[in-house]
Amino acid sequence: MTAIGIKTADKAVQSVRGRAKPKPRIGAHVFLIVLVIYFLLPLWWLIVASTKDAHGLFSGTGGALWFDKTFALFDNLGLLFTYNGGIYLRWLGNSLLYAVSGGVGATALAILAGYGFAKFAFPGRRLSLALLLGSVMVPLTALVIPTFAMLSQVGMTNTIWAVILPSLLNPFGVYLMMVYATDAIPDELLDAARVDGAGELRTFLTVALPLLRPAAVTVLLLSVVGTWNNYFLPLAVLSSDNLFPVTVGLGLWDGLANSASGTGTTSLWSLIILGSLVSIIPLIVAFLSLQRYWRGGLAVGSLK
Amino acid sequence: MTGTGSYTVARPSSPRATTAARGKSTRPKSIGWLFVAPFGLVFLVFLVAPLVYAFWLSLFSKGLATGTTFSGIGNYVKAFTDTEFLGGLLFVVVFSVVLIPLQMLVSLAAALVLDAVTTKLARFSRLMIFVPYAIPAVIGALMWGFLYSPGFGPLAQLFGLFHASAPNLLGSHEVFGALLNVVTWQWSGYYMIIIYAALQGIDSSLYEAARIDGAGPWQIALRIKVPLVASALVLILVFALIGTLQFFTEPQVLAPSSNGAITPSFTPNMYAYNLAFANSQINYASAISFALGLVVFIGVYIFLFATRKKGRIV
Repeated sequence: MTAIGIKTADKAVQSVRGRAKPKPRIGAHVFLIVLVIYFLLPLWWLIVASTKDAHGLFSGTGGALWFDKTFALFDNLGLLFTYNGGIYLRWLGNSLLYAVSGGVGATALAILAGYGFAKFAFPGRRLSLALLLGSVMVPLTALVIPTFAMLSQVGMTNTIWAVILPSLLNPFGVYLMMVYATDAIPDELLDAARVDGAGELRTFLTVALPLLRPAAVTVLLLSVVGTWNNYFLPLAVLSSDNLFPVTVGLGLWDGLANSASGTGTTSLWSLIILGSLVSIIPLIVAFLSLQRYWRGGLAVGSLK
Repeated sequence: MTGTGSYTVARPSSPRATTAARGKSTRPKSIGWLFVAPFGLVFLVFLVAPLVYAFWLSLFSKGLATGTTFSGIGNYVKAFTDTEFLGGLLFVVVFSVVLIPLQMLVSLAAALVLDAVTTKLARFSRLMIFVPYAIPAVIGALMWGFLYSPGFGPLAQLFGLFHASAPNLLGSHEVFGALLNVVTWQWSGYYMIIIYAALQGIDSSLYEAARIDGAGPWQIALRIKVPLVASALVLILVFALIGTLQFFTEPQVLAPSSNGAITPSFTPNMYAYNLAFANSQINYASAISFALGLVVFIGVYIFLFATRKKGRIV
């Protein structure tokens, strides 16, 4: 009875929407176009500037927002990948290493803990949960200086572990997984698996894990992005250039280019610009191609 | 059609959600610890331990002649009378007060329009508005820094058309607005997606009922949609507040090109960083970090307690 009621309501809504569609919504579209221009403006500038040589950057024939008459993208690329012994590629590799290991690790921990919180009334659960929710409100940047102090005490600064291990901490990911697991895994299913003689690990791997996949992709994407984009933590705990992720490396170049104002640094500006462009391509591609996963997942936290 | 009002927000949860974990089942309960333990270990080592250690460090002072001595709450007394720390704190508070409503307005407006319009252009816009989220804050700050700069950006050209000289957007008066723009650009898309997802979860039969009652699109947006996504708005507000009070990356990256307008103690986190690394005052830096984290935590907790309905999360 109710189901039929909902269906007719949906149909009615669709027909209303269908009738409303032909009416062009000019105001809304103008608003959207303005927003798109604003959000893409820096990227457009970056793409255009990447194709300019040192001269074109400052006094190009097309101005700041259009291409110069000389097209130097490939020269710049060659310079970027060979400058200083190819350190930029090394930075990209480091970013990839930190983001993938930190992201995969954090996601694995979040899946396990989220499932544990959602499906077991273990002693101390309420207290742990209160701690977890409290820690979601502790900004991770607040932990950077304390983490640095602690790691330097045990002599672990300036190693890859100083970036990877703290990146495993993702309380919000655990919270997302818990919220998702609570609804996505029916208790009856777990009980049935248990009655059939499956152990807890087997139940988790064969029954629960497949059901958690959409949320797991979301948490993975968010963790990878968080680690890839991180700046404060690696800046604080690393001191050798060849361990830097690309964010800290570009920051280093920017500082050098600014302090050594005048001649001889213009090539560094080109490197910073093209280096920025190259480093953001992988994540933008990942987001655009995986959007059907994360779009639903982001909503989980907000609906509760 | 009259019954549609009872199908309120489409929460994905079923009644099962509340009975979960109550343990009426035959599953052994304490095995849950095994699942939580790996995260618990990371939690202890990289959240609890650094905080405890930083607190411990903050109770000591390092003097040139005296060496490291126990000073109790001395560093905290010093922090809350330190004009550089207080100045930074004031800046991030004022910045949050201006930034957060602006960001929420932009993201809410974008989400409402995208929810109402379902054309190809709208779908394309949704992705493009979100793109800055995938860009590291360092690179966002660098790009805007270039756009602001008279040498690289379009401003000199633009103002040249009117035979005027371009303003220095990273001057001491302009830097507030310049940073406001960078952060709004960076995060509005992410917040827009969260609000948009919440809007998509609303049962559309509610709009039908409202239309029959004579509500126009504006009334539906403001009277139905906005109240129903209130919890998403609270979530965003908390995220934004936590992030902004900890402001570090953007001012740190723009500092070298700001000609001193962005000082080493511009925000509390920058101050703590510079104390720890430029001045090797790790004890005092720990106190600043700890004090800031505590201020943020207590502020957010009070805020959440005041806005959230009781018993909603735990």
